Amino acid sequence: MFELFKARFRHGYQAIPNPLKAGMDPAFPGLPVLDKQMDFELLNGVCPTNAFSEQGCDLGKCIFCGACERKFPHMIHFSNDFKMASDDRQKLIMAPGANSLAPIEFRLPSQFRRSFTIRNVCAGGCNACEMELAACNNVNFDISRYGIEMVASPRHADALILTGPISRSMASALAETWQAIPEPRYLILAGACAISGGIFAESPAIDRAFLKHWEACLFIPGCPAHPLSIVSAITQIMGIK
Amino acid sequence: MLMTPVLYPELDTFLKWIRESLSRGFQPFAFFGTCEAFIYCLMGKAGELELACCPFPPAGRYPSLSIDFPAFQIFERELFEEYGIVPIRHPWLKSVRHPVNTQPAIEDYPFLASESPLIHEVGVGPVHAGVIEPGHFRFLMRGEIVEHLEIQLGWQHRGICAMLCDGALAQKMYIAESIAGDSVIAHGTAFCGIVECLSGTEARAKHIRTLLLEMERVAMHLSTLSALAGDVAYIMSQNLFAAIRTTVINSTLSICGSRFGKRALCPGGVNYALTQDLIEALKTKMKYCALQIQNTAEAMFASTSLLSRFDDTGKVSTEDVIRYGFTGISAKASGVPIDSRVDFPNWQYPAFLVQTESTGDVFARAHLRYVEAMQSLDIIQELLKRIDPQSPICTETASFSPNQIAVSIVEGARGRVLHIAKSKDESTALWYKIYDPSMVNWLALSLAVQDEQVSDFPLCNKSFDLSYCGSDL
Repeated sequence: MFELFKARFRHGYQAIPNPLKAGMDPAFPGLPVLDKQMDFELLNGVCPTNAFSEQGCDLGKCIFCGACERKFPHMIHFSNDFKMASDDRQKLIMAPGANSLAPIEFRLPSQFRRSFTIRNVCAGGCNACEMELAACNNVNFDISRYGIEMVASPRHADALILTGPISRSMASALAETWQAIPEPRYLILAGACAISGGIFAESPAIDRAFLKHWEACLFIPGCPAHPLSIVSAITQIMGIK
Repeated sequence: MLMTPVLYPELDTFLKWIRESLSRGFQPFAFFGTCEAFIYCLMGKAGELELACCPFPPAGRYPSLSIDFPAFQIFERELFEEYGIVPIRHPWLKSVRHPVNTQPAIEDYPFLASESPLIHEVGVGPVHAGVIEPGHFRFLMRGEIVEHLEIQLGWQHRGICAMLCDGALAQKMYIAESIAGDSVIAHGTAFCGIVECLSGTEARAKHIRTLLLEMERVAMHLSTLSALAGDVAYIMSQNLFAAIRTTVINSTLSICGSRFGKRALCPGGVNYALTQDLIEALKTKMKYCALQIQNTAEAMFASTSLLSRFDDTGKVSTEDVIRYGFTGISAKASGVPIDSRVDFPNWQYPAFLVQTESTGDVFARAHLRYVEAMQSLDIIQELLKRIDPQSPICTETASFSPNQIAVSIVEGARGRVLHIAKSKDESTALWYKIYDPSMVNWLALSLAVQDEQVSDFPLCNKSFDLSYCGSDL
């Protein structure tokens, strides 16, 4: 018992006081800043997911591996800004010279502003996004302080948060879970795999037809998406400042 | 390491060699078919590896090895799934991961059933009640008691092995990092080992790789301990261990930018060097973690209400570990001291003793994780003293020598991670096989829950903490 008191005393207060304004380690690769003179063909040469185009860097494809930054540090630099999410797939493209994404305009109806329940479906995810999602609930990030809860049953959920590129085997299980959520229901995509297929986009073992039928209201980039990115994105659509 | 297989033109002599090496105390590390129409078998024991191959049997069938040596059961099923080769009299021949040719869809797979009116079935998954990967568990129940558990995986299959063979292998680091997101360093270094072997490159920064691997082990053990405490409603430890894990993985982030060690590795070395300041900061943080883990664990393992759930639950016997070829915590907790860090030491490890427990129950696996995490933290402190911030961190990899077979073994948090590949030309692989320890260890969970109450299943499951995507690939 005495050991436990010692451990509890040393543990102190571990919760991040305000996850929406938390500081982040400078080593973290967050929102990239692109030089106006960037050459997207050169950058694509080292990019495993061909995330670059004339418009800029597609954060839905980017796996934040840093290969481009290490090879062409004058063209691209990853800042440690973890607030990178969007309500529109097209708005995830970081334009050359820009230093932020277009703001998230989507807001949930007012009845969800204080209570929002989410069911996760992992469909081919590598367990990194899933562990980060689970970490949102731990003492550090404590997403439940905002009334956000990860629930076990889709019947209790307001939204489905998808992780993974949707393996063929999981396609029908994902669709069934989605159908089991009562309306109005919302779809959130977390991680490069869920948003664009990521590095598995070309694999024949992937079936992304589900996303042709249903539109997501929130896209959270990352490989995996950092808990702070997840917390800040979801609280934004709830209208929490 | 590079290996040259012994070629047995006849199936009989090949099978005889397998039986003979089993009698010499070897275990099957890998047994698989390849696109060259050959069956390969890699047998291993501490410090020794033997590789042999044989052409596919002309009739497409051969007498199953699993009847006498159940350790082959999952390998034979994989061979059947991938190349349609039938092991005659295999006790339960069905697909491991994905439907093949005429096989039914994954939703329609057969399961062992019972006609007895005393038995009812419980099916769980693929979507589970939690933030967790998908898999299907089918229980045959007698009242509250589990008679039999069959585990069907394959839901996470993403076609990793095929993707690794498509294009220059050295460029596929990011795929190796996504084999299992919780074992990035274990699979990542195994992959780097293959590329470095095939190209004859001597990797740099081995100390940093070892450091990252041990930090991954600590983080994984803490995550399991936290979940185990949560499963028996011992909330204090659940939260404390989770918070310590955050400190460990945030330290990994400060090295490479990812909490899971993604981006850190590259064939030839590592991508990010450690500065002296960072080394000093890590020393302090890891020291804090060691103290905090010790206090929390000592209190937890003194709690009688927790011990009454952990003790004698989900036992795996020493005989079964050897019979089925289990590895990692699942083996060490039952008193079998196998650890690739000692058995195949191509790593920069300070001397250490492989820790074991004897009882093979949930308590043994939980306590061993605590002991191993503390030991890893000692190794980490030693490594931090040895890392030289000035030394080069990476070297270019040369082109491959064609038609070579490389084997790479790493002790991940779950056990032996094995990669084996053959080079086709100067840059690509002809075939690439991955064996996560979970693939063989899932059967240990099935055995452990037999005759237990179904309510103890989550606890047993967590005590093994196996990977779904690692075995589904």
